[in-house]
Amino acid sequence: MIATIYIVVIGLGVILCLLRMIKGPTAPDRAVALDTAVTVTVALLVLIGLVLRRRIYLDVSLVYAVLTFIGSVAIARYLEGGIE
Amino acid sequence: MNWGWWVTGFGVIFLFLGSLGMYRMPDVYNRLQAGTKCTTLGAFCTIIGVGIIEPSWFWTTFIIAVFVLLTNPISSHALGRASCISKVKLCKKTKVDQSEGFCREKDEEDDNS
Repeated sequence: MIATIYIVVIGLGVILCLLRMIKGPTAPDRAVALDTAVTVTVALLVLIGLVLRRRIYLDVSLVYAVLTFIGSVAIARYLEGGIE
Repeated sequence: MNWGWWVTGFGVIFLFLGSLGMYRMPDVYNRLQAGTKCTTLGAFCTIIGVGIIEPSWFWTTFIIAVFVLLTNPISSHALGRASCISKVKLCKKTKVDQSEGFCREKDEEDDNS
């Protein structure tokens, strides 16, 4: 019961980040909103794994965090004006 | 009732406040600060709390939490530096702008090269 309330609250947070990603005026706004949304989603995946009693969700969230870190650094290098 | 639920609830509150700041703040840099600080503490407490609730999962959740704690400030710093170099404007209420010299030096380097 408590875990369901937690999942609903974190889901509202993800929706707020996605709204900012739709509204954001410039490209760095959208990149920052994506970075925050992904960190919130990693915590959401761990909580869903706790509710469903499946351990595989922990591995999924670890791989998701690693790949998105590489993606954020690559987007930042692109916004700086190319990789030298 | 396990006390890990309290740790998880603390982290969930911080995650929601960080997302609310991401939606409400007026500027890229303010948004970056709200998003990074609140989200790092919130994700750390939430994931460690799940590890306390389910003790056989503790070391896996500990690895995920330490990874989030190490990499989230690095990617946010890279994004902030990128948004300063690509000349995103500050909001109108800003009093002090110390990033002025950094961007101008970068322009001179580009002109020389």
